[in-house]
Amino acid sequence: MSQRADDLHHTGITRRSLLASAALLITTTGAGARVVTKVLPWRPNEAYPVKPVVPGGYLFFTAIEAATVDAIVDRLIPTDELGPGAKDAGVTTFIDRQLTGPYGGHDWLYMQGPFSEKPLPTQGLQSPLTPRQQYRLGLAALHGYCTATHGGRGFIQINPEEQDKLLAAMEKGEVSFPNFSSRTLFGAIYANTMEGYFADPIYGGNRDMAGWKLVGFPGVRYDFRDVIEKPNEAYMLPPVSLQGRPAWGER
Amino acid sequence: MARRLPRKDVVVIGLGWTGSIVSLELARSGLDVVAIERGPWRDTATDFNIGTAADELRYAVRHDLFLRPKQETLTMRNNPSQTALPIRKWGSFLPGNGVGGAGLHWNGQTWRFLPDDFRIRSHMIERYGATILPEGNHIQDWPVSYAELEPYYDKFEYVAGISGRAGNIKGEIQSGGNPFEGARARDYPTPPMKQGFQQELFAKAANDLGLHPFPRPSGNISVAYTNPYGCSMAPCTYCGFCEWFGCANYSKASPQACVLPALIRQPSFEARTECEVTRVSLSGDGKMATGVIYVDADGVEWEQPADLVLVCAYSLFNVRLLLLSGIGKPYDPVKDEGVVGRNYAYQTGSGTTAFFEDVKFNPFAGAGSLGIALDDYNSDNFDHSPHGFVGGASITCAHTNGRPIRFHPTPPGTPTWGGAWKKAVRDTYQKVANVSAQGSVMSYRNNYLDLDPTYKDPLGRPLLRMTFDYQDNERKMANWMADRCDEIAKAMGAKATQINRLTGSWSVVPYQSTHNTGGAILGSDPKTSALNRYLQSWDVSNVFVMGASAFPQNAGYNPTGTVGALTYWAVDAIQNYLKSPGPLVQP
Repeated sequence: MSQRADDLHHTGITRRSLLASAALLITTTGAGARVVTKVLPWRPNEAYPVKPVVPGGYLFFTAIEAATVDAIVDRLIPTDELGPGAKDAGVTTFIDRQLTGPYGGHDWLYMQGPFSEKPLPTQGLQSPLTPRQQYRLGLAALHGYCTATHGGRGFIQINPEEQDKLLAAMEKGEVSFPNFSSRTLFGAIYANTMEGYFADPIYGGNRDMAGWKLVGFPGVRYDFRDVIEKPNEAYMLPPVSLQGRPAWGER
Repeated sequence: MARRLPRKDVVVIGLGWTGSIVSLELARSGLDVVAIERGPWRDTATDFNIGTAADELRYAVRHDLFLRPKQETLTMRNNPSQTALPIRKWGSFLPGNGVGGAGLHWNGQTWRFLPDDFRIRSHMIERYGATILPEGNHIQDWPVSYAELEPYYDKFEYVAGISGRAGNIKGEIQSGGNPFEGARARDYPTPPMKQGFQQELFAKAANDLGLHPFPRPSGNISVAYTNPYGCSMAPCTYCGFCEWFGCANYSKASPQACVLPALIRQPSFEARTECEVTRVSLSGDGKMATGVIYVDADGVEWEQPADLVLVCAYSLFNVRLLLLSGIGKPYDPVKDEGVVGRNYAYQTGSGTTAFFEDVKFNPFAGAGSLGIALDDYNSDNFDHSPHGFVGGASITCAHTNGRPIRFHPTPPGTPTWGGAWKKAVRDTYQKVANVSAQGSVMSYRNNYLDLDPTYKDPLGRPLLRMTFDYQDNERKMANWMADRCDEIAKAMGAKATQINRLTGSWSVVPYQSTHNTGGAILGSDPKTSALNRYLQSWDVSNVFVMGASAFPQNAGYNPTGTVGALTYWAVDAIQNYLKSPGPLVQP
């Protein structure tokens, strides 16, 4: 996810500077307003694309955190005869990059206090913890719990059956980690795994459109008039992402 | 102290559907109009470019287009005995932000309310007796009839290019349309959309059950069309990115596609974006508005004097602005007095998820308004006497999208992750249809809006507080509708179904519908309504308030068609007001 301000930096021009130059022409109006009058202000080829994630290394996760997330997402969506799972589709990189952006800090959410100790379930998110804090604290708590209950072995060292058992208990909130809700950690990783596996590959996950190929989602073709004309018939064309398809070459 | 700007004839607060329509109509009459919008300017070519628009994560999951709760949110609780907490992250509903407002990211379903909906209180009492009305209700007749609004519905539908099939033209029932609809003067401007395979199954099953299916009226248009303002739209490509997205094809009706290209050419119109109106300023006696106060992107405060103030923000924020400006008496549920914040209502959702075998529904080829609907169970189109509830629902087999972050269904009993989940996701993606009921919500004494005592926005102003829960009447209605949906799904040949009932209290977490109504309702009595029948404030006669905040209660339909009709109805009233300013209705 990329903030509009970042996108504009990308093009070498900020919206604020656009505003200022437009407003200078009209002295009777507040300088902090963008004034639009007489013509629509768009210009050809001006758009706000997201910045493609470049895989390689981690910007937020430590090595042990990344390995743990790799192991968890590999159990949530395993690689099998149906195709790559979440780990092999780059979901850990997706989560890492999301955590370093506005999502990771809950930058767009209402985060003013007071934070209630006893919210109603119908009142939704009421924690002051950002996703970055949830991962940092939650993965440390998982490590603490896992080593204490599995003879000093961390999550990446226990076998897949033990991993599944522990994840199932976290999902139901049946295990208590030191200082962090196991269910909250599971919920965050689960939601981000689904996002990363099925989001456009431009964000670093869904590598080679593995998630889309699994279900047969053709991606961003943006024109399915041919499909509507042929009800109940299989769609045969391969998927396309915001960056095209591998066959189209590097973009 | 706000810096004072030169006077304008009209200041419009918010530049969505209602703000752009009133701006264009009044600028065309030669008035100087300035629209002040707190979000950014947005153009199709720039902001909904075909190379960037189809991005599920950015728009549907991270909410790129919506108002950011950091800038403004509301607090909520289910009843007055609880402490409201802020909606920190949008869920149940998603208010828009920026030019185009919610008219940019909607699905495009464009309905007319039924004639009975406008006099539901009188109608229900006449047919069933007063005992049918639920406890604690505030159900009110509208002070305007369907017949009065018909020409204005027509006007909005022709501006928006709506694709549909008439069911009743001047009293003549038309085959293939909705036989329950109120009489319309003429057919829709464009023919209905093409439908998917699941809609074929639904239409056949509904017909076999003796029901009356029809293609639902759509703001994703079926053919190229040029509207009366000269704005051109292109045929929908069934791309599957409508709701929560901007349309890159100029196919979805929106202020950007249908109004702004004409509006911006009006030399007496100016838009100021990224400026937040903080209040309407009033004369010393509080009886006239003198303009608005707003804060620009640099935090500088300005006063924009104007003769006429048109409040055109999203329904909830209209109500907040009236409360912050001291226009109209705030509603007090304890005394059951006051009007601003009264009769907040919403929408019910229920239905069934149906699992089929040996089908290819191709869910990715869809559109926001694609679907076959039926109105046999809406409003009072059926006998309510055995059921013990008021209201009804439109039932639809819709087909909006197959975007896989949010749409990867699995049959009941499937694990939530692991190899078995993965296989089920692969095997099920093509085989799921939803039959859903979008139902009315009546108004009640304890469902209301006021200002929160604790939580504030970044400018230090109190947030709006929403006190709302579904009542027994709505639960009964929605659950009866869920069973009707299930009957139809089984008749479609579903191998398994999963009924979605309305249980428990209203929650902000799952997305339900951005159909928030009421709070500044129109009525015939200033003691029980904030606005007269022309959407004019009873208290401050040069203030008009547009939008779904005017609905006395909500019907079993999406609100935008009625919002558009009321806007054109109010425009005519404002033209009359300008000839002779003052209250258009004597209290």
